[in-house]
Amino acid sequence: MVQAIVQEQQQAKKKMQVLKNKQRENVYETNQLNLWYGNNHALKDINLNIQENNVTAIIGPSGCGKSTYLKTLNRMVELVPGVRTTGEINYRQHNILDKGYSVEELRTKVGMVFQKPNPFPKSIYDNIAYGPRIHGIKNKKVLDQIVEQSLRGAAIWDEVKDRLHDNAYGLSGGQQQRVCIARCLAIEPDVILMDEPTSALDPISTLKVEELVQELKENYSIIIVTHNMQQAARISDKTAFFLNGEVIEFDTTDKIFSNPTDKRTEDYVSGRFG
Amino acid sequence: MAYINHEVVERQMTKRRVKNTVFKNIFLGATLLALLALVILLYRMITQGAGYVSFDFLQNFSSRFPEKAGVFAGLVGSLAMLAVVAPVSLLLGVGAAIYLEEYAKKSKLTTFIQMNISNLAGVPSIVFGLLGLTIFVRMLGMGKSILAAGLTMSLLILPVIIVAAQEAIRSVPGSLREASYGMGATKWQTIRKVVLPAAIPGVLTGSILALSRAIGETAPLVVIGIPVIVQFLPAGVLSEFTALPMLIFDWAKRPQEEFQYVAAAGILVLMVLLIFMNSIAVFIRNKFQNRY
Repeated sequence: MVQAIVQEQQQAKKKMQVLKNKQRENVYETNQLNLWYGNNHALKDINLNIQENNVTAIIGPSGCGKSTYLKTLNRMVELVPGVRTTGEINYRQHNILDKGYSVEELRTKVGMVFQKPNPFPKSIYDNIAYGPRIHGIKNKKVLDQIVEQSLRGAAIWDEVKDRLHDNAYGLSGGQQQRVCIARCLAIEPDVILMDEPTSALDPISTLKVEELVQELKENYSIIIVTHNMQQAARISDKTAFFLNGEVIEFDTTDKIFSNPTDKRTEDYVSGRFG
Repeated sequence: MAYINHEVVERQMTKRRVKNTVFKNIFLGATLLALLALVILLYRMITQGAGYVSFDFLQNFSSRFPEKAGVFAGLVGSLAMLAVVAPVSLLLGVGAAIYLEEYAKKSKLTTFIQMNISNLAGVPSIVFGLLGLTIFVRMLGMGKSILAAGLTMSLLILPVIIVAAQEAIRSVPGSLREASYGMGATKWQTIRKVVLPAAIPGVLTGSILALSRAIGETAPLVVIGIPVIVQFLPAGVLSEFTALPMLIFDWAKRPQEEFQYVAAAGILVLMVLLIFMNSIAVFIRNKFQNRY
């Protein structure tokens, strides 16, 4: 028994080592991105490269453009009328702002978790199966497997396995958010965008989601917008600090929080404003 | 800080409490008055008509003799008309609502269209009757048929259905649409699998209430020239027919006193039909109510 655990731990360590040694490619390369809401210049000359299998946190005060930038990465920002963009965002070497790039295809590779848990008013099962179904999977056995794996992936399988066909609205806020994460995993994305995923949750649910993010980064690249600086410090590998639509500083999380280069970053992370 | 003088507040307390009670009673009175009118109506109908409602009354055609008169042709005619109105008005109404809410960009033109739809809901039904007479009965040569009457009624209730469906669609939270788009769903998939299922209770409730209105409307039928004395059942959508409100209208006009009671009996049948339809609407609303 003990041996098995030790062995497992060693294997996990090896796996981490392999991951660390592997040359991490950039999932996103942003060049000279500008974005306007009508006349409001919301993002200014953004240049940012985001690595795979990392947690990248985006921090900054309200209205600094961090959510806007996140929503540009899967082009959800286009749902707002009157949005204009210039520059380019390359996702795996393809410019997603090209007219010819299919948003539907992009969004099957880049999943999103929203600020407020937003499950559909359907059963837990149907919530998770929604994505696979819209992409054409009808086989019941395959769907069953996807649902189980996704819920296990989001660390909520044990809590809901006996009530898969109950309405997802019967779950607590924290459970709903993890169901939403599971729903996102069900489309087997490459990147997961998280827009303040814990801001509507209590501390215990927040902790669970944070632990989950740590587990997920082994297989996914995660970009998380957060208001909570401690959260960014706890869970992210790299941190970008946004202010008034500009990237002020982008570096490893350790550097940003212990020894930032820019005075404004230092003021913000030490709580002097924001 | 001495802005609030507690003595003054105490002195005014009684006045405030009285006002509180007075307003409560005014609103209670308004409700009771409206209910009273309905109760009187129901009481009159039941005391006058209940004696005439029988199995024969439901099975007989209309007649010169009050004791032989029945609603059979009208009941079947009204239901047949409903079979035309329901699919036509639902498809057009919900389709238009989906377009206006989900596809149309907000512009001056759509605002103008929107305003006109709301105005159409207030146009007197007799005007729709004239429109139906011109277009369906004469121009398209449908005659005084179920189809002509059904299409006219569809036009009449279309604005109501569009507005009800728009409101139901609008009340589906944007966060659900975002969730669907975020997984790579197309607009149509999002409408079909997220928006419509969430909106369907509201759409159906509004539509059934509109359909009840179509069953009870008389003026358009009179204008189209729907006959009263019909001694046969309609054979198809193009055959002539009569409808419940037409029979009631005809009986109420007749000089013999007994026909007043027959008319009351007809109204009872019509009301039972309406209550039945409205309870379906309530049932649907309660059963499929969504919590967001």
